[in-house]
Amino acid sequence: MAATAQKAVEQPVAGAESAAPARARRWRGLTPWLFLIAPLTLLIVFTYAPIANMVAYSFTDWDGVSPELNYTGADNYTEIFTREDLFRVFFVSGYYLAASAVQIAAALYFATILSFNVRFRNFFKGVLFFPYLINGVAIGFVFLYFFQDGGTLDSVLSLLGVHTDHAWLGTSTSANTSLAGVSVWRYLGLNFVLFLGAIQSIPGELYEAAELDGANRWHQFRYIIAPGIRPVLSLTVILSISGSLSVFEIPYIMTGGATGTETFVIQTVNLAFRFNKTGLASAAAVVLLLIILLVTWVQRRLVPDERVDLV
Amino acid sequence: MTRRAVARTFVYLSLIAATVVVLLPLVVVLLTSLKTEQEMAEADGALSLPGNLLNFDNYVTAFQDGRMLSAFGNTALILLVAIGGTVLIGSMTAYAIDRFSFRFKKLVVALFLVAALVPGVTTQVATFQIVNSFGMFDTLWAPIVLYMGTDIVSIYIFLQFVRSIPISLDESARLEGANAFTIYRKIIFPLLKPAIATVVIVKGITVYNDFYIPFLYMPSEDLGVISTSLFRFRGPYAAHWETISAGAVLVILPTLIVFLFLQRFIYNGFMRGATR
Repeated sequence: MAATAQKAVEQPVAGAESAAPARARRWRGLTPWLFLIAPLTLLIVFTYAPIANMVAYSFTDWDGVSPELNYTGADNYTEIFTREDLFRVFFVSGYYLAASAVQIAAALYFATILSFNVRFRNFFKGVLFFPYLINGVAIGFVFLYFFQDGGTLDSVLSLLGVHTDHAWLGTSTSANTSLAGVSVWRYLGLNFVLFLGAIQSIPGELYEAAELDGANRWHQFRYIIAPGIRPVLSLTVILSISGSLSVFEIPYIMTGGATGTETFVIQTVNLAFRFNKTGLASAAAVVLLLIILLVTWVQRRLVPDERVDLV
Repeated sequence: MTRRAVARTFVYLSLIAATVVVLLPLVVVLLTSLKTEQEMAEADGALSLPGNLLNFDNYVTAFQDGRMLSAFGNTALILLVAIGGTVLIGSMTAYAIDRFSFRFKKLVVALFLVAALVPGVTTQVATFQIVNSFGMFDTLWAPIVLYMGTDIVSIYIFLQFVRSIPISLDESARLEGANAFTIYRKIIFPLLKPAIATVVIVKGITVYNDFYIPFLYMPSEDLGVISTSLFRFRGPYAAHWETISAGAVLVILPTLIVFLFLQRFIYNGFMRGATR
């Protein structure tokens, strides 16, 4: 559609141009750039220049402050992949990745049941989505209190007759599981709303026809809904993978990265801004960026998405 | 019970369970924020009710000592400028890309597209150096410029809408002697209202809730936005959960109000924004 639209606008312009003086023609050629100058400047200065600099820093031992920096080759990269304490952060991502799977399954379930007739539908929709809109710091505090000794969780459990003196954020496994649970609580709503939108865009007649053919809810899900939301599902999977790799807010606010909950981004921020290892932090950031680009590329190859064309 | 009735019961039970899981942590924090220090010490659990449901002392403490007024002020200022800029920049970019054909257009589009794939958190170490070299570190300009500069989602939303505006409108204006800027200002921009509403909502919520950028770029206390000001509660009020809770509720409340009033638009906005 865009292509035809452009042709339509080009022709009258071209006709006018041949008659117009050269000065006007030059002015016309300049017009789009006048609109683009601000966005392009911002884009290059705050996205592309940093990427280029980052790659350059990653081969140096720069501390981010001093004018002195030495070229160290691939040393930073070797360090990331060989130093066990630096590499460990990738295992933490595993918790969030597992949580994402739970989250997608739950979001899919709720989106499916709430796209059919259910009482108080809008109330449930609102409740499920609202956590996504809440400030991350507030969520961090809400759940710090939730997992506190004698906090919300312990009180609820003792109400149910279960008495624990478990320090939820005390050991690495339980802390990471708890934090990943918070991230499910927080992001379920976004996946849910995306799925809901996709399901609603499936024409209603399809369900009616299926029902006439004797299909039950499961059949409807399997043969109508699941194929209908495939593009959104694949988008969600990729957002989850890159999201799991770049977790920062909740663990930083709740534990500060203590008890083995340090994620890749927390580590990078600490390396760069606390320990002044800009070179090493840059290399880490390059690795993360490459992984995310790789995941995106694989996804695009596996599930060709017809909607990625910007023009 | 028939199978259908069993299935229905299960559906409602699961919905109620989800509601409890979502609301319980929030309700408990609300209750905690209304308790006195003494009640906090004496109570045997987080689920007990406060003695006085209208005890707003903790809110006063949180609001004054937590410097929430200046935090809301700073946040409002950043929101206003950054969103205004995003709307202007996004709509101009979309107009230029959709309505003109020019050299290097493919390259420009590719630059925006590839940038959409780069998560901001990965480039922050180097972005920091650039922001710093402009002298914008620890000023309100750092978050404003960063929020404005990298928003591909809004460009995409605008692009969808510009495409749906018939070219014939541009042409008839052109015949009457209007130039590209007049067309943009008088025809395209006013017709983009639904898209602008979407961008304002999506962007507004993102900026209001963002922690990472203000935390890295505005360390001084005067420049606290709501996230960073709330984060600072951790130190002085570490053991005072009633004050921390009040602060958290203060921050959540505006979101809740906006959500209740604009529910429908917010859902649509996020669907449009994320399925780009």
